[in-house]
Amino acid sequence: MILARIVGTVVATRKDPRLVSNKLLVARPMDPHGKSEGSYLVAVDTVDAGVGETVLIVSGSSARMASGMKDCPVDAAVVGIVDTVEVAAGD
Amino acid sequence: MQLAKVIGDVVVTRKDDNLTGIKLLVLQPIAADGSNAGRTLVAVDAAGAGVGETVFFVRGKEASFPFYPTEVPADAGIVGIVDHYDVDPES
Repeated sequence: MILARIVGTVVATRKDPRLVSNKLLVARPMDPHGKSEGSYLVAVDTVDAGVGETVLIVSGSSARMASGMKDCPVDAAVVGIVDTVEVAAGD
Repeated sequence: MQLAKVIGDVVVTRKDDNLTGIKLLVLQPIAADGSNAGRTLVAVDAAGAGVGETVFFVRGKEASFPFYPTEVPADAGIVGIVDHYDVDPES
């Protein structure tokens, strides 16, 4: 999984029927210190996350194991809202 | 599987139901010489690892297999704690 910050939402009217009524969010991956890294991605929301929050995103086929995502065409899902990240000194 | 060092932990209160009770750790993948190799990631812990330990982890859907039959939405999971490893310095 990766840590990411939610930076926006996506509105899509014409889409796969299995994506209907799922919220789509734009996320920017970040390192444990909060520094942004890598490129933006669109993830389906399963935990009611919102813009500005730090979240946990699961990628690949495992995204379909998130709650309610069985057999949905997704490869990234928000599965948690991060409270804190603690990193050992020096790492 | 890949070698990594556990460098931190993540606290997530609002999360997917199937992640309840599972420890989430921040990993830094390492090369054979112990140097950092690639981006940090968050993994579920199936081995009882802790910060500062060297571990090996699996990527992909297999990360959830230690928790079978629960379908844990995880794409990276710690499956072993490394006691020591030897690498031929010439290789």
